[in-house]
Amino acid sequence: MNLGLETILVFLVLANIVVLASSRLTACIRAVAAQGIALGIFPLLAHDAALTARVLLLAAGSMVLKGIVFPMLLSRAARDAEVRREMEPFVGYTLSIVFGAAALAVALWIGSRLPLPRATWSPLVVPVALFTLFVGLFIIVSRKKALSQVLGYLVLENGIYAFGVALALEEPLLVELGVLLDVFVAVFVMGIAIFHISREFDHIDTDRMTTLRDWTRRRRAPGTALSGKGEAAGEGGK
Amino acid sequence: MLPVLTSLAVLLVTGLAALIAHRSPRAATALGAGGAAAGSLLGLVPALGVLLGDPAISLRVPWQVPGGAFSVEIDALSALFLFPIFLLSALAAVYGAGYLWPSRTTRSLGPPWFFYNLLVACMVLVVIARNAVLFLMAWEVMALASFFLVIREHEKEEVREAGWTYLVATRLGTAFLLAFFAWIGRETGSMEFDRFSRHGVFSPALAGSLFVLAVIGFGTKAGFMPLHVWLPEAHPAAPSHVSALMSGVMIKTGIYGLVRTLTWLGPPPAWWAWTLIAIGLSSGILGVLFALAQNDLKRLLAYSSVENIGIITLGLGVGVLGIHTGSTTLAVLGFAGGLLHVVNHALFKGLLFLGAGAVVHATGTREIDRLGGLLKRMPVTAACFLTGAAAISGLPPFNGFVGEFLILLGSFRGASVLPAETAVPLLAAIAGLALIGGLAAACFSRAFGIVFLGEARGEPVAHAHEPGPALRAPMWILAVACVAVGLLGPWVVRALAPALEVVMGTPVASGEEGIPTGPLLGVLLASLLLLATVALSAAIRRFLLAGRPVTESVTWDCGYARPGARMQYTASSYAQPLTSLFSVFLRTRRVAALPEGIFPSGASFATETRDVCRESGFRPAFERLSRVLWAMRWLQHGRVHLYVLYIALTLVVLLVWKLG
Repeated sequence: MNLGLETILVFLVLANIVVLASSRLTACIRAVAAQGIALGIFPLLAHDAALTARVLLLAAGSMVLKGIVFPMLLSRAARDAEVRREMEPFVGYTLSIVFGAAALAVALWIGSRLPLPRATWSPLVVPVALFTLFVGLFIIVSRKKALSQVLGYLVLENGIYAFGVALALEEPLLVELGVLLDVFVAVFVMGIAIFHISREFDHIDTDRMTTLRDWTRRRRAPGTALSGKGEAAGEGGK
Repeated sequence: MLPVLTSLAVLLVTGLAALIAHRSPRAATALGAGGAAAGSLLGLVPALGVLLGDPAISLRVPWQVPGGAFSVEIDALSALFLFPIFLLSALAAVYGAGYLWPSRTTRSLGPPWFFYNLLVACMVLVVIARNAVLFLMAWEVMALASFFLVIREHEKEEVREAGWTYLVATRLGTAFLLAFFAWIGRETGSMEFDRFSRHGVFSPALAGSLFVLAVIGFGTKAGFMPLHVWLPEAHPAAPSHVSALMSGVMIKTGIYGLVRTLTWLGPPPAWWAWTLIAIGLSSGILGVLFALAQNDLKRLLAYSSVENIGIITLGLGVGVLGIHTGSTTLAVLGFAGGLLHVVNHALFKGLLFLGAGAVVHATGTREIDRLGGLLKRMPVTAACFLTGAAAISGLPPFNGFVGEFLILLGSFRGASVLPAETAVPLLAAIAGLALIGGLAAACFSRAFGIVFLGEARGEPVAHAHEPGPALRAPMWILAVACVAVGLLGPWVVRALAPALEVVMGTPVASGEEGIPTGPLLGVLLASLLLLATVALSAAIRRFLLAGRPVTESVTWDCGYARPGARMQYTASSYAQPLTSLFSVFLRTRRVAALPEGIFPSGASFATETRDVCRESGFRPAFERLSRVLWAMRWLQHGRVHLYVLYIALTLVVLLVWKLG
């Protein structure tokens, strides 16, 4: 048992709950940033072995990206798009916390059953990683603002990261680097996209962006195509 | 193996380079067409080497993919299919360079060349792959590459529809193949082809099920009769050099797969032979009947491909019957006829599609009834098309005759010595092949006669002109190849022996039991006599006409005061006696406004023959399926949140189920 690590795990859980319960986007961004910094410390403490340059580099990189760059990008996007609060989410905040409790229980159960390639240094780390993952997915599903969904995506990535570090070998770190780069590009692109969407449509509510789906209610006249493919064929021509 | 791998690399790299260079039509064409031609010629060398008796070459490189390995081999059977693939790809690439050039102003030439080279590379990989995973990957990319080639003119509604039909058909076919390979892989414990063949005897029920899966899966690609619906849609929609390639060699990969499968499944029961002969007869007869009734030149050729696939399958069926009854003669003749027809069909169908492409290129229409009189304006195209038409009708001295002759010879020999119950399918094959030959002759005399003879029927012909050398040269080469294979029949058939040994698993001798050189020499003699007679007649004509005035006059000038183009036979009227005889299959629709009264003012008549399988089989079935699946549409609402929820829920449920 490592007291520092356990503290970080508890901190992760709390940050998740803040993201679930808060309607203010600034608070959510801060919570995710804090989570990112905490996760950056993770590999430093988790590795009882020597602190190689690679581990240090990864920790530093992840802290800078998740703790400083992403929050800045997101804050700017929020400012530019003039959104402060997540109004009317699909799932209310109280219910979200209830979901969080349930998800934590499920994560603990799965963590106790999941066969792992090697023993982890704490029985809590896998459940917490899973819980973070679930929360990220839940945020993506239950919130309307595109910005919240980016946040959900970040939380999801944090969960994956925690999982990777929990089973820390050298290779997962390499994989992590790749994921980090992906997330960086994704957040960057989403930030820009959100800005443009809000300028174009005066809102960033993703539930109103269903125009591009590949199915509309109209049906084509019979006899023009083998049916079932007809709609798609028609769409292809747009 | 190195030359073939180099050829694959050249094809892929130049295709990619053509895509990158898409802004410059000149560079894209040079890279794409040049690379396709160079890569194909490079691959032709080892393929010919193995075909002419070199030992098989193979290579196996481990691969990360589960169950997969990059194992390839060129044995005589692969080489037999590689030869037409490489030859036709090179020629069609040269043709395509000229054919696509005028369209450079409207759309980029990069993507078509990328997909063309990808298609060629995948066809090669399909016939040399010796691992099921590699085979299926090549098979799928082949289908996708050809799909993108088909929908090149995707702004047209009918092209998009053809593309969808093709895509759905090929996916359904692959589904059966996936089941086939998964099953046989589970039984043999490996995805390697040599493990399939070394497995020994499967239980009859298992072998039968695998056979059915293979016939449906490979038959969809090849175009067996009820599964052929994509062919008459996709071939007309594609650019002509792509149609030539798809019809000439791509659909043959289905035949290749079926033949390869037969080498794994052990001794065949009689019903396999019956099935193949029945498929061959129905595809052959119905294919040529529908071809006869078409008014679109390329659609006609597409149906004729169904017919020729039928002839090939008929040959395979006769061969399988030979193995079943232990009659080597029957097996050798059946398989030799079928496999030779694979090569022959690649030659003459490639030629005909290129010829049709030249006509479309010059006139801008595929409607037979708007053409006519092109012989005078495009003599080279007409001569090449005529050669192809005669060859595809199975007339000596061209190559089509040799293949059909072998199947007929085998059926006659088998029917005369085998017991009655085995002889019945052979008699059916003889009768069917004769019917197919007659109908094909009618079909292609119609196609050639209406398009090239007589007087111009419409405006499109007025400005028609002979295409450039890039289009003419490939047609010339294919036409010469048709004659050459016809005249070199005995030697060509002897070169099939190694491939036959792969198919039959036993050594094939020449002589009375094996390759029948004697009758083929007889055929050659008759062909030479025929040619001599023609030459002699021409000489006599020239001699008789020497010194006399020779004038040219209008066609249809016999006794009419003012002959007009509208007095000629139309495509519908030429075919009418046969189409009305077989109207029970064809269900030709007629739209007629007949002349009425003493002084009739206007009248019109039109026929249209739609595909019966598509109209009465697949369309109602798909519509019913669509109505059933309509109930599921609420799942597809466009809300990203809920899509993520579906995925997350599925994953969590799977995780819990696995752990619980």
